Amino acid sequence: MSFAVSMLVFLGIASVIGTILKQNEPYENYIVKFGQFWFDFFEKIGLYDVYHSVWFLIILLFLVISTTLCITKNTPTILKDFLLFKDSLEEKSLLSFSHHLVLKNKRKVNLSQVIHYLKQTNFKVKEKSKDNGDILIVAKKGNYQRLGYIFTHVGVVVICLGGLLDGNLIFKAQELLGYKKIETLDIPASKVQEVSRLSVANTSFRANMTLAEGSSDNVAFVRMKDGYLVQDLPFKITLKDFRINHYSTGMPKSFESDLVISDPELSQDITKTISVNHPFVYKGIAIYQSDFQDGGTKLDIRLWNFLSSNASQKINGKIFEKVKLDKDQLTYEFNDFRKFNILHLKEGIKEKPRNVGPSVTYKIRNNSGQAREYISYQYAMPIDERFFFISGMRETPQEEFRYLKIPADQKGSIADFMLFKAALQNKPLIEAVAKKMSNQSINSDKNANVKESFENSVNKLMTLFGQGGFSNIAQNIDTNIPASEKEKAVQAYLKIIDIASTELYKNQFNLSDKELNQSRVAFIQDALNAYSDMFFYGSPYYFELINYDQKEASGLQLTKSPGQFWVYLGSLSLVLGIFSMIYLRERKLWLLIKAKGGVILAFSSNRKNPDFEIDYKKVSQAIKKIIQ
Amino acid sequence: MLTKLFKSSKTSFQIFNALYISFLLGGAFYALKTFHNYMDIYEKAILFGSVGFFSWLGWSWNHFKKIIILVFAISLFAIQLYDGALANSEHIFLLKYLISSQSAIMWMNVFFALALLLYWLGLLTKNNLVDDIASSFTSLAVLFGFIGLLVRWYESYLIGLDIGHIPISNLYEVFILFCLITSLLYLFYEERFNTKKLGAFVLIVINAAVGFILWYTFDRHADGVQPLVPALQSYWMKIHVPANFIGYGAFSLAAMVSVAYILAGKKILTSYLPKLDVLDDLIYKSIAIGFIFFTIATILGAIWAGEAWGGYWSWDPKETWALIVWLNYAAWLHYRIVKGLRGSVLAWWALIGLVVTTFAFLGVNMFLSGLHSYGQL
Repeated sequence: MSFAVSMLVFLGIASVIGTILKQNEPYENYIVKFGQFWFDFFEKIGLYDVYHSVWFLIILLFLVISTTLCITKNTPTILKDFLLFKDSLEEKSLLSFSHHLVLKNKRKVNLSQVIHYLKQTNFKVKEKSKDNGDILIVAKKGNYQRLGYIFTHVGVVVICLGGLLDGNLIFKAQELLGYKKIETLDIPASKVQEVSRLSVANTSFRANMTLAEGSSDNVAFVRMKDGYLVQDLPFKITLKDFRINHYSTGMPKSFESDLVISDPELSQDITKTISVNHPFVYKGIAIYQSDFQDGGTKLDIRLWNFLSSNASQKINGKIFEKVKLDKDQLTYEFNDFRKFNILHLKEGIKEKPRNVGPSVTYKIRNNSGQAREYISYQYAMPIDERFFFISGMRETPQEEFRYLKIPADQKGSIADFMLFKAALQNKPLIEAVAKKMSNQSINSDKNANVKESFENSVNKLMTLFGQGGFSNIAQNIDTNIPASEKEKAVQAYLKIIDIASTELYKNQFNLSDKELNQSRVAFIQDALNAYSDMFFYGSPYYFELINYDQKEASGLQLTKSPGQFWVYLGSLSLVLGIFSMIYLRERKLWLLIKAKGGVILAFSSNRKNPDFEIDYKKVSQAIKKIIQ
Repeated sequence: MLTKLFKSSKTSFQIFNALYISFLLGGAFYALKTFHNYMDIYEKAILFGSVGFFSWLGWSWNHFKKIIILVFAISLFAIQLYDGALANSEHIFLLKYLISSQSAIMWMNVFFALALLLYWLGLLTKNNLVDDIASSFTSLAVLFGFIGLLVRWYESYLIGLDIGHIPISNLYEVFILFCLITSLLYLFYEERFNTKKLGAFVLIVINAAVGFILWYTFDRHADGVQPLVPALQSYWMKIHVPANFIGYGAFSLAAMVSVAYILAGKKILTSYLPKLDVLDDLIYKSIAIGFIFFTIATILGAIWAGEAWGGYWSWDPKETWALIVWLNYAAWLHYRIVKGLRGSVLAWWALIGLVVTTFAFLGVNMFLSGLHSYGQL
C-alpha cells in the first residue's frame, strides 16, 4: 500500500516537472537551454514529453493494477454486506456495540409500529424469529454507500484504461520493435517512407494539418519528439476560406474555416464550417479549428538604403519564400504576415489595446549563413503623441525584439526621414553648413584662425555623426578628450550637432526659421536618435511594406479517440461513487425482543461521526417511545 | 438584519418556498420568452437547470433564499435605472454610489473587511451580538457581490451586444465569485453548526481575495469588461467555472477551519473556539463538498476541452495542476474515510492543500503558460 502511495507521489512530482519544463518544444530550444550534456541526459529520461514517457506510463499501469487488486479484494465483502442482512447476531455481540440500549422487562412490544417507523425513515427491514422465541429485527439504510467504493475505484481504473487506449502505446511498441520510425527530415508528405506513416486503420491519433486557402490534403502530421509521423486520412479536406472576425476593439471574436470533405465512398462532397468550440466529426475523426497561420501572402516591398543616398528599390516577396539581393550577398526570408496586431502602446495606463495594422516578420541572412530576425509594421504608430515607424530586430529567438523608431513626417510617410538622412550623409552640404555656422557665430575677420578651426570642427563632428551617429561621437570623446573636460565637451558637441542638423534640415526642405515649428523641432530630435540607432539595426535596408495580397492558412487538428467514451463513462462512475461514499449515510440497526422480556437495541455505521451520534439519539429515542 | 425581514412559521414557510420557486421559474420563463432567439438548447437547459439548483438551495437553506430574492430584486431595479444606457452609471445617484457593478463590488469589499474585524472582535470578547453583526455584514457583502456580478453581466451587454457575457471569464471576476462562494459555504455551516466563531478565520482568506480585487482594480486597472476570446465562447463556461470555484471555495474554507483546529489543538484560543470534533467534522464536510464539485468541474472541463481543443486531456499545466489538487484531496479523503485517520495531521494536510490549490488557481497563471492563459497577472 505504501508503495502505491509513493508511486502516486512520484506521479505527482513527474506531473509537476511536466508543467514547469515546457513540453514538446523543438529540440533546438532545449539544447540552447541546457547545453548538449544535459540535453542528452534529459532526452534519455524523457523529460521533454514526460506524460508519454515509458516510465510514466508504467507507473500509470501499475496504479491501475493496484487499484484493480483493491477492487477485487474488497468487492466480495462489500457485495455481501450490501445484499445480506446480518441476522445471526446474538445478544452478546449486540451488547458489545458502542451504541446500544437495553430496555429491561418489556414484554409487549408493538412490532408493527416499530417496523412502520423504521420503514418510514427509509430503513430496509428484516424480521427473524429465533428458535428460543426471541425476535430479531434487522434494519439498514444507505448501504449504497458501500457500493460507492466500487464505483469510485472502477471509475478511476476505467478512466486510466480509456486514457491508455488513446495514448501512443501501440506506436511505442512498434517503434521499439523497429516497425516504425519517426521522420525528422523536412520533406513533402508524399516522400515520407512507409515506416514513418500511420495507416488509415490507425484507431487512435491526434494529428495536425495546415491548409492554405484553396488547397487540399489527405494527410495529417503527428508531431513526436524531434520529428513527425504522417497520418493518412480516409478522406480529403479542402479549405475554401478561413476567416477571423473581430470585435470592435480589434480582439479576435471567432476563427472559422469553410471545409469541403471529399470521400471516395460518397457521391457528394460534404461542406461544413467549423470554428473553435464547434468541431465536426466524420468517420470517427473529429476535425477541430486549432490555429491559423499565413498561407503565402504576397508582399510588395520598398527597401530604403540606410547607408547611401541611392534611391529605394522595390522587390516582391511571398511568405515562406526567399529573395536574394545585392548579388546574393543578402537573403530575405519571409516568415509571417499579420493583418491585425493588437498592441498595448502605453503600458500600465488605463488605455485599451489597439490595432496597429499589418506586420511582416522576416529574416535577413548574410552569405556566411548568419541571420537576424526582423519585424516591420506597415503603418506609423502613435507613441507619446508623435508617430513612428517601428521595426524590431533580434539576433536569436530567445531575445526580445529591440526596436528602431523612425519618426513619420507630416504626411505620415517615411520619406522626410530618408531625405534628412541623405542630408546628414551629404558631404558638400555639411561643408556649406559648417561654413555658414562659423560665419554666423564668429563675425569679425580678425579671428580667421578661430573661425577656420570652428568650421573644421563642425565639419568633422557632423561627418563623424553621419558615419555612426551619437555613439560614434561618444567614442571619439572617450578616446580624444581628457576625463576632466568630457562633460563640457559633450554639451558643446550636442549643441553643435543640434544647430548643424537643424541647418541641414532647413536646407534640405527649403525652410525658413519661421517655418520651423515645434513639431519639426521634435522631428529633428527623433530623427537624430533614429539615425543613431540605425547603425545597430544590423540591416542596410529599411523595409517598407507597400501592399499585400493576403492568403491565410487554417490549422486543423484531427483526432480519433476511442478512449473518450470510456473516460467519460469512468468519470460518471467516479462521480456517482464519490457522491455515494460521501453523502449516503450507512446505518444499521438491530432490535432484539427477547421472549423472556427485555429489548436490546444496537446501532452501528461504518463511519462514526457527529452525524451518527445525532442519528443514534433520534432513532433510539423514537423507538424507546414506541416501545414504552 | 436580513433574518428580521422575514419571520416565518411553518405554513408561511411553505408558502414562502412556493413563492420563491415561482419567482425563479417566472424569471426563467420571462428570460426564455424574451431572449430565446439568442440562446441555444444548452443555454436553455442551463437556465432551467439553475432554476432547479437555486430552488433546491433555497428550499434547504432559508437564509440563501432571502439573499437570492434580494439579489434579483435589487439587480432588476438597477437594470431599470440603467434604462439601456451605460452612461447612467455616472448620472444616477443610486447607481453611481450603490448598485452599479463597480460600486456594488466596492461595497462588497467594504462589508467583507468590516465583517473580518467584527468577527475577531466577537471572538476575542466572546460577544455573541458582535458575532451576529459580523455575520450580517458577511451576508450583506454576499448580497452586494452578487448584485455586482449580475449588474456587470447586464452592463457587459450595454458595452456591446457581441461583448456581453457572464462575468466569470477573467481573474477579476472569478475572484469575486470566489469570495461569494466561500462566504456562502461558510454562512451555511455557520448556521448548521451554530457557531459564529470561525468567521474570524474564514474571512481572512476572503479578505485576501478582496485585497487582490482592490489591487487588480486600482493598480492594474484590470476591472474592465473584456470581450471573450473564441475558446471561451461556450455554454460550458457557465458550468465549468462555478463548479470549479465551489471546489476552490470549499477547500479554502476547510483550510481556514484547519487553522482554527491547529490553534485550538495547541491550546491557543481554545476556550474561544468550538470543540475540536466540531471543527474536525466541518473540515471533513467542506473538503467533501469541495471534492465532489472539483471532480465534476474537472470532468466537465475535460469534456469542454474535448470540444474546444480537440482532446479531453492535453496535460496542459492547468489540467495537470487540477489533477494534482484532485489527487491531494482524494488521498486526504482516502486516509480519512478508508483508513480512519483523524486529528491534526489532517488539519495540517488541509492547510497545505490550500497552498497547492492556490498554485493551481493562481500560480499556474503567473508562472506557467498554456491553454488556460485567460487571466494573466
